[in-house]
Amino acid sequence: MPKLPAPPLPKSLKPKPKRPGEGNGNGNGNGAVGLSHPVAEAGVSAVDWIDERTSLSGGIRWMLFRKVPRGVNWFYTLGSATMFAFLSQAVTGVFLAMYYRPDATGGAYESMRYITDQAFLGQFVRGMHKWGSSVMVILIFLHMARTFFFGAYKYPREMTWIIGVVLLILTMAMSFTGYLLPFDQRAYWATIVGVNINGTGPFIGPYLSDFLRAGPEFGATTLSRFYAIHMLLLPGLIIALIGAHLWLITKLGISAPPWLKGEPDPELEQTEV
Amino acid sequence: MADRHKQTKSKYTLDRKVPGAFEGETVTRRRLMGLGVNGAGIVAASAFLLPALGFAIGPIFSREPFEWQPIGPPADFTQDTYKTETVTIVPGLGEVGKSTAYVRARNPAIDTEPADQYNQFIALSSRCMHLGCPVRFTAAAARFICPCHGGVYNFRGIPVGGPPVRPLDRFYTRVNNGLVELGPRYSVNSELRRFSARDPGQPLDGIGQYLYPARFSTSVLPKN
Repeated sequence: MPKLPAPPLPKSLKPKPKRPGEGNGNGNGNGAVGLSHPVAEAGVSAVDWIDERTSLSGGIRWMLFRKVPRGVNWFYTLGSATMFAFLSQAVTGVFLAMYYRPDATGGAYESMRYITDQAFLGQFVRGMHKWGSSVMVILIFLHMARTFFFGAYKYPREMTWIIGVVLLILTMAMSFTGYLLPFDQRAYWATIVGVNINGTGPFIGPYLSDFLRAGPEFGATTLSRFYAIHMLLLPGLIIALIGAHLWLITKLGISAPPWLKGEPDPELEQTEV
Repeated sequence: MADRHKQTKSKYTLDRKVPGAFEGETVTRRRLMGLGVNGAGIVAASAFLLPALGFAIGPIFSREPFEWQPIGPPADFTQDTYKTETVTIVPGLGEVGKSTAYVRARNPAIDTEPADQYNQFIALSSRCMHLGCPVRFTAAAARFICPCHGGVYNFRGIPVGGPPVRPLDRFYTRVNNGLVELGPRYSVNSELRRFSARDPGQPLDGIGQYLYPARFSTSVLPKN
């Protein structure tokens, strides 16, 4: 594999030239200049120790210091915004799971009441998770619209689009399974209606709703089944697919906005004439 | 182009001068090792994936048991109006496992479906046949009305307005030891022909009964 070219470092990250009379006098001027403080040297050697064993710096440079086309704008941040909405959901979800009990005989609702009324900052964390879920759905649709209207799904980025569509479906599945968990009247009846909509699919619909409910009726394990899907199965899939999505974005580079005309190399034009 | 796929080499490892080959050997050790390792990986993955899959889809195939539930003496139920009864759908689950049945005595003047031992009392399930919300019997209008999307059923539970796709589900009823008892739920099409219990939203007229086949999991009456 060819060595990656050194990235164009921003001015603030470039090593400062040595002042006259400073340094060890060999004058080769490499990156270690100016880091003579022992604390700074300890940090550098720790980072070097990790990098020597993992070669992480190459990957980080590949990920963060890549070239982007002219004309990128705030619309290009919608994907990252969606990812941060997901991270917020993941973190708040972990803390909600510390109190939540998926107990259909009444424990689920009581545990939600405890989170809302008693637990320190519980109402705040639950609110973040509840409203954040809507934010994530809105952002994922805006991100999809940006990709569609900018034509960013075209060759060679079709796989990125397909993975994104799967992520959209998984996000919808997250919303559906998460809606039941507060286990109040609205959650219960919305899930009854949702499962029955599933059941209207011909041939496999009846069996699909049996699978979702774990039986022909809303039963003892329906809630814990939804809970396990919501907090174990779907997040794992989403994290894995976000990783694949990001890898493809970095590998292929992001597309220029459609209003920028491509400028052919003047040398190429001359040879063609 | 055909030449490309023609086997030019002998299939015997001995002829191909593979080191360590012996008489009559056709599979190289490298190939055998590869097959063995991949096969072992498939067996190991199946050992945890197949039971997990079976565990997840098992409920589709396990039939729910049921018990006849006594709801009161026959004199409690008239032909003119419905009595509201709480029926346990899933035992041991508290409020969540309960549903409502509307029960009246059979009235031969309006109930035209053939009478048998299981419909001397008409017990209608309260779940709407659009998407499963609970319908309410409004005595003044002699109608069942659904709060969610405006489904309306007449006194016999047959839809007269809104989105429901079939009449309200019913429960088998019988009189045992002087008490009316409710059995498993069943579904009916617009002619009140009986089908095993289907979910709401699944029509049973015409092609519907084939599009939405019976499930393995619904409670059924024991054959007698």
